[in-house]
Amino acid sequence: MGSNMAENHPVGFQWVMEARERGARVFHVDPRFTRTSAMATDWIGIRAGSDIAFLGGVVNYIVEHERYFEDYVKSYTNAPVIIDESFEDTEDLDGFFSGWDPEQGEYDVRSWQYAGMEVHGAAGQREEGFQPTRGEASGHGGHGGGLEHGEPPEEDETLQHPHCAFQLLKRHFSRYTPELVSETCGCSVEQFLAYCEAICDNSGPDRTGAFCYAVGWTQHTVGVQYIRTAAIIQQLLGNIGRPGGGIMALRGHASIQGSTDIPTLYNILPGYLPMPHTETYGDHDSYMEANTSPTGWWGNFESYWVSLMKAYFGEHATRENDWLFRKLPRIDDDNSAYWTTLQMLDGNVKGYLIAGENPAVGNTHSKLHRLALAKLDWLVVRDVVEIESAAFWYDSPEIESGELKTEEIPTEIFFLPAAAHTEKDGSFTNTQRLLQWHWQATEPKEDARSELWFYFHLGRLIKQRLADSDEPRDELVKALRWEYPTHSQIQEPDAESVLAEISGWEISTGEYLDGYPKLKPDGSTVCGCWIYCGSYKDGVNQPARKKPRWEQSYVAPEWAWSWPANRRMLYNRASADPDGKPWSERKQYVSWDADDRVWSGLDVPDFKEDKPPDYVPPDDAKAEDAIAGVHPFIMQADGRSWLFVPQGLEDGPLPTHYEPHESPFDNPFYAQRANPRRQQFPRPENPYNPVNGQPGSDAFPYVATTYRLTEHHTAGGMSRFVPYLAELQPAMFCEVSPELAAEAGLVHGDWATIYSTRSAIEARVLVTDRIPPVEVQGRKTHQVGLPYHWGSRGLTTGGSANDLSAVVLDPNVHIQEVKAFSVGIRPGRRPRGRALAEFVERVREDANGS
Amino acid sequence: MAAEPTVTPHAWPGSYGDDAKERVGFFTDTSVCIGCKACEVACKEWNLVPEDGLVWTGESYDNTSELGANTWRHVAFVEQNEPLRLDGDQPDALRWLMSSDVCKHCTHAACLDVCPTGALFRTEYGTVVIQDDVCNGCGYCVPACPFGVIDRREGDGRAFKCTLCYDRLGLDLLPACAKACPTGSISFGPLDEMEAKARARLDRLRGEGVSDARLYGTPDAGGEGVGGTGSIFLLLDRPEVYGLPSEPAAPSRDLAGAWGAAAVAASALVLGVVAAVLGGRRR
Repeated sequence: MGSNMAENHPVGFQWVMEARERGARVFHVDPRFTRTSAMATDWIGIRAGSDIAFLGGVVNYIVEHERYFEDYVKSYTNAPVIIDESFEDTEDLDGFFSGWDPEQGEYDVRSWQYAGMEVHGAAGQREEGFQPTRGEASGHGGHGGGLEHGEPPEEDETLQHPHCAFQLLKRHFSRYTPELVSETCGCSVEQFLAYCEAICDNSGPDRTGAFCYAVGWTQHTVGVQYIRTAAIIQQLLGNIGRPGGGIMALRGHASIQGSTDIPTLYNILPGYLPMPHTETYGDHDSYMEANTSPTGWWGNFESYWVSLMKAYFGEHATRENDWLFRKLPRIDDDNSAYWTTLQMLDGNVKGYLIAGENPAVGNTHSKLHRLALAKLDWLVVRDVVEIESAAFWYDSPEIESGELKTEEIPTEIFFLPAAAHTEKDGSFTNTQRLLQWHWQATEPKEDARSELWFYFHLGRLIKQRLADSDEPRDELVKALRWEYPTHSQIQEPDAESVLAEISGWEISTGEYLDGYPKLKPDGSTVCGCWIYCGSYKDGVNQPARKKPRWEQSYVAPEWAWSWPANRRMLYNRASADPDGKPWSERKQYVSWDADDRVWSGLDVPDFKEDKPPDYVPPDDAKAEDAIAGVHPFIMQADGRSWLFVPQGLEDGPLPTHYEPHESPFDNPFYAQRANPRRQQFPRPENPYNPVNGQPGSDAFPYVATTYRLTEHHTAGGMSRFVPYLAELQPAMFCEVSPELAAEAGLVHGDWATIYSTRSAIEARVLVTDRIPPVEVQGRKTHQVGLPYHWGSRGLTTGGSANDLSAVVLDPNVHIQEVKAFSVGIRPGRRPRGRALAEFVERVREDANGS
Repeated sequence: MAAEPTVTPHAWPGSYGDDAKERVGFFTDTSVCIGCKACEVACKEWNLVPEDGLVWTGESYDNTSELGANTWRHVAFVEQNEPLRLDGDQPDALRWLMSSDVCKHCTHAACLDVCPTGALFRTEYGTVVIQDDVCNGCGYCVPACPFGVIDRREGDGRAFKCTLCYDRLGLDLLPACAKACPTGSISFGPLDEMEAKARARLDRLRGEGVSDARLYGTPDAGGEGVGGTGSIFLLLDRPEVYGLPSEPAAPSRDLAGAWGAAAVAASALVLGVVAAVLGGRRR
């Protein structure tokens, strides 16, 4: 669901094929019948943007029919935990949870907390009282809040208490009947029930099932809650931490996992440590306090933090200067990519560096991005070809329409050629947290240079220039530890030396560390990323290991290296029962060896090796010692997986079906139509289409969804310019059903113009049964499929699908909603030149209900 | 039933003697093809085959259309309103067949038969390869191929087609397409092993109720007219559905018979003329 795995992960998909060949049922639930559907055993068509309704229906089915894995749910999840009595559900408040502040447009989460807990941001008391960890400030997911000693004080093991998490869950999803699912999603009740039966039949001690998802789930204003619903299903079915189970995020880029681990995100530091914040963390001690959970492995936050500072700054970071904490840059709320782009549009951003990305095509409302880039003083673009983001100033729809004039654009653009992945050493971190090394096959040509070369020499030159500066603001750059050996004529930095620094060593001995438990808060260890600690264990490039799978167990621990600690499956203590015995012979993975008094098995146990299943933490226990022997979810403060999420999420402790921001429908579940917490940016340059019922909404009756094709790669920089790929999909096209074609007068093979209040693009028409209309709330609704790879440059050029979508984001992670939005469509090519701008202007005027 | 071909190649293994290798070939199992086109790209990358035209066809996801001088692997896409499995009984069922076509490296290869220069030859592996430094671009091979595989390259004039990665075989490497295929749809090896694998796969699918599954390219399944091929397929529908000829035959199979018939006709003509002349003399 929410993915097209055969299309976008063809090599990984071979294992799904293998499973199918061995009798696995493969369900593909998607608005379109894709190359994945063609290989599945079952395809269920649903409306784009209705997945929470579908999945919520599955939760309801599991609970109503008592198909949940009872022992697992009772022992390993927070099902028994009693929630604060002031909590009110969407059932009570017609689509809102308790604590909604309409003026602030956000939730006060106090009523979502565990009953009897005085929850703080982390440990310790605060003068002002309650300080919840917020999205930005808490890095990734809130770390489970502050629990006194790992155990919530109020629980009901029978799961009957009306305010226990299980009963709240049950009540919340009771509305998600098969009939309402069918009405909302457009699938039949039979199809839905067949799916529920199949996954329930395939769960329990002897069987597990897995979800695979991608941006079909995340790119919504309720994206995080999509994942949450799947997480609830998998917890209820006992499918987390067990072989063949889990929820696999299919990342869309060879190393995008790596780009969050060693982040290119604004709000986190390596290993998901939160970026310091201006408001809340004015000083080092507060920052430590806020982020050190009293329980679980986040209890050692300080060790991870200090080791990172030693990696960055070497001997310049000392306890006396709080490891240079005060000097670090800070965030002050949402400084994410879209926010920055809007600042750019307002002239508040002077310079920008784009590396290996193409926002002029790949970001939502890509037209807005091109207009924003034209406001910069300077722009640096590093890529293998001159992408649209570098060429917008002379080649773009806005130059064609006259909205931008080359001679009036003040931006000075530096286009720097980048080396391809075959021209450099490095690693990819993939969807399974696997670091795999790759070696340089050939030298880059002429001026093309790798990222490592660029940033290393840039830093070196900047440090050189600032060497004699007395400015306080230059202290941090001067303090950077910046010695890496280089080789070859172009002085390419040694990539392995960077890996070694990321993995870390003990300063006094130079000994490479074998895992994050060895990290210290006293400045004696260096580690660039605590979850990668051990990847250079024994001075060996662990990610470079290539032992074939047929020479080892199916877990293949000696192929490459997985974070953390080469553990291949997280939370694998859950593959054993509370007594430490495997749930079944068939699904054994890690279990307690009563003779040797250790956990062992097919993988590195995700549990303190010598902690017995019957361990009960003493009252003053800290960090991982505060987690009981029966609780596998060691990164959570209470060691349990969370059916009900008391904190860390902006839009609710439980997932709720909300309509996409632009939808032809009202919400069939509640009066509240869309996610009340979604991030909107209402401004003239970012207009929203009117929605169901509003005047002007008739102009946009169709649900558009964007997606990828196998033949092209994301925003097209790596495929549209390559002859062998360009010829496989040589034109932008839209996919429409025969009924939609008939209704809108579209001719297969001819052209269509697709438009919204943002812009209009043209595309060839591909009429196909594979994107059927859906019957929703008694209305037949058509969907328009739009691959998003095209731009104005390359061997194959065409309209950018992202020119049609708006900037409206999920509140937890600021991801754009491009999987479901509304459009209009008409036959024929789009207007050209000035007429295009005028056409869009008319569309906007009509939409404003004139 | 096609006539037994009368033009029998003797180049392999006969003329190779001890240098003859096991005959090799492909088994393409279309039931696991995900239509990724890695085979098309890998082939072009290895063999430096030129780009073949940036033309959007609207034929489902197939913008390659057919094999030719500049396309040696071609993935066909066929959208059907059929259930995925035989036992599927959903209304509005959808099925999407995908198949990677390639040169058949026929046992009785018509292209090889008609080539006047000897550019086309049978290798020690039993495959059919063009020596591009011998080919004079006469084009006789083009209409001879019953599958429409071979063609002359525009701007160059010579004929080009799949070499079954002749240069890789010598190093014990898999052909590029087989190497790249992620699901094992394309397998490669000794031809008798490929045939055994294909038959086993067919039995398994038929056993699972996929009654439309069939082989293509063996002597008893579509390959009679060319004596069987070196590229065996498992299809999920009739060959025509995939754009493959249902009863391909080497036109050159009737060559001996054609000469014989021509000889008979010529004799008859001579006799007729003689008779007419003699008859005419009586007057």
